[in-house]
Amino acid sequence: MRPILMKGHERPLTFLKYNRDGDLLFSCAKDHTPTVWFADNGERLGTYRGHNGAVWTCDVSRDSTRLLTGSADQTVKLWNVQTGTQLYTFNFGSPARSVEFAIGDKLAVITTDPFMDLTSAIHVKRIAKDQTEQTEESLLVIKGPQGRINRAVWGPLNRTIISAGEDAVIRIWDSETGKLLRESDKESGHKKTITSLTKAADGSHFLSGSLDKSAKLWDTRTLTLIKTYGTERPVNAVAMSPLLDHVVLGGGQDASAVTTTDHRAGKFEAKFYDKILQEEIGGVKGHFGPINALAFNPDGKSFSSGGEDGYVRLHHFDPDYFNIKI
Amino acid sequence: MAFERSDPNQSKPSKLRWGELEEDDDLDFLLPPREVIGPDENGIKKVIEYKFNDEGNKVKITTTTRVRKLAKARFNKRALERRNWEKFGDAVREDVGSRLTMVSTEEIILERPRAPGSKPEEMKVAGDSLAQLTKGGAVLMVCRTCGKKGDHWTSKCPYKDLASPAETFVDKPTASETSVAASGSSKGAYVPPSMRAGAERTAGSDMRRRNDENSVRVTNLSEDTREPDLLELFRPFGAVTRVYVAMDQKTGASRGFGFVNFVNREDAQRAINKLNGYGYDNLILRVEWATPRSN
Repeated sequence: MRPILMKGHERPLTFLKYNRDGDLLFSCAKDHTPTVWFADNGERLGTYRGHNGAVWTCDVSRDSTRLLTGSADQTVKLWNVQTGTQLYTFNFGSPARSVEFAIGDKLAVITTDPFMDLTSAIHVKRIAKDQTEQTEESLLVIKGPQGRINRAVWGPLNRTIISAGEDAVIRIWDSETGKLLRESDKESGHKKTITSLTKAADGSHFLSGSLDKSAKLWDTRTLTLIKTYGTERPVNAVAMSPLLDHVVLGGGQDASAVTTTDHRAGKFEAKFYDKILQEEIGGVKGHFGPINALAFNPDGKSFSSGGEDGYVRLHHFDPDYFNIKI
Repeated sequence: MAFERSDPNQSKPSKLRWGELEEDDDLDFLLPPREVIGPDENGIKKVIEYKFNDEGNKVKITTTTRVRKLAKARFNKRALERRNWEKFGDAVREDVGSRLTMVSTEEIILERPRAPGSKPEEMKVAGDSLAQLTKGGAVLMVCRTCGKKGDHWTSKCPYKDLASPAETFVDKPTASETSVAASGSSKGAYVPPSMRAGAERTAGSDMRRRNDENSVRVTNLSEDTREPDLLELFRPFGAVTRVYVAMDQKTGASRGFGFVNFVNREDAQRAINKLNGYGYDNLILRVEWATPRSN
């Protein structure tokens, strides 16, 4: 396949997100300006100007009209996707690390980092249809985990919130009361910071990637460990194909290996694994720096990866990708 | 009835009457129509135009382009509407020729891992895409520039200007200084051949390695046997990527042995079974695996 290279960001990429229809790709980077691209040919549509810090995360509503972005400047902004205008700004006391719309786009879960005296927290905010009715107030604030919470997502039917972070423990909270329902097992769970989380298309299971060079597949309701995928590199980003049973891991470079690594350009790869057999299918090379973001198009026929090198690489699969057998 | 006789001093009559035209000579100023030979299965589109150049001579201009479909875009209604949205933010002042988005010059493949105890199925799958390209025992064409097999040879590569020259020297690292320079070692430090010339090399050596594992040695060849003879002999068993006959440089005769590389291991096995002991050019051939292989 011939990937399309998009160099719109001057700084490393942090997050990638496709919209529900699969025709738009939103990219967030440390350069303060989230960008939206057309997902078929990589043409840039526009940029959202307004943040004053690295943008860590974003999410787009199901109808592709609203974009939520979380940034290190301690704000989460709501944008009009089409025009790029800011609709609302939520202010926090610390950088926002992860945002996600709930099913129905009426609520959003936002995580904030620990900063000075503040501990990290998970906030649930109501998103009004009409931005004039938008308020700052949180429906729910959950505190508890130590260290940064790198990702928080909604569970099935918005009943639960799943969070994962620096303490390597995955927690499931009740989204209405804020009570802790489940925690991942210390023995079988991750040993180092969990960097990323992605849900399956139907929400029944999710994948977590960690700096301990592994990714684990969990059941959403019971939080039992289903599968483990091992790599040689710390995992920065994970993605699951909505079409085939494939799992993709994108990673970085072990700090200790920096001096001994051969500097073959384009060596950083996104690794494909068979979801059920846990075996490696192959890798897609090309990035010049660690891969920080991965996203699959909802139709499963293409995926994109964002790296430390500031490039977004958009890959449309060749027909023989769909015939791979182990 | 008066004819308009053209003055012999005039070069050309301004108004032509078809009755006065002689054959086709005077139709020189008319050009044949523009032809478009549509994209064939390789995506090659030819446009043939005719025009007059500066000297007034009729010239035929053939433009050959490759039409490549990167992706099939199937949009729903709302997505189609979004396609027509105006650019905003930093994209407002973007001109069409901006270099923000470009297609990679390299073909990137999903590289399969080389498992140590590889199962035959895995080898077959890797060779499958190759086998599909060469239906029925045709020679596999490997292009060194883009690494794509089955389409064209290196000299005919449509991307030959895109690949860096360093890549072509990968095979003979000792023979080229240019590859050292091209690898961009800024300190001028020695970069061993195994570390030069990037990912392409692994993919290339990957493909060759798999072929080398399907290598068949043929001995007791007659003096006159050459590569084309071996190719013709082994082709019926499957896709052959490489044939080699050891030559004596002094006499130009064959040294009596050679190697044949198959794409698929099964084809190689069948060739061994059938041709070992076969009479060829009044000598009995010996056909076996190139190095002792345990299955």
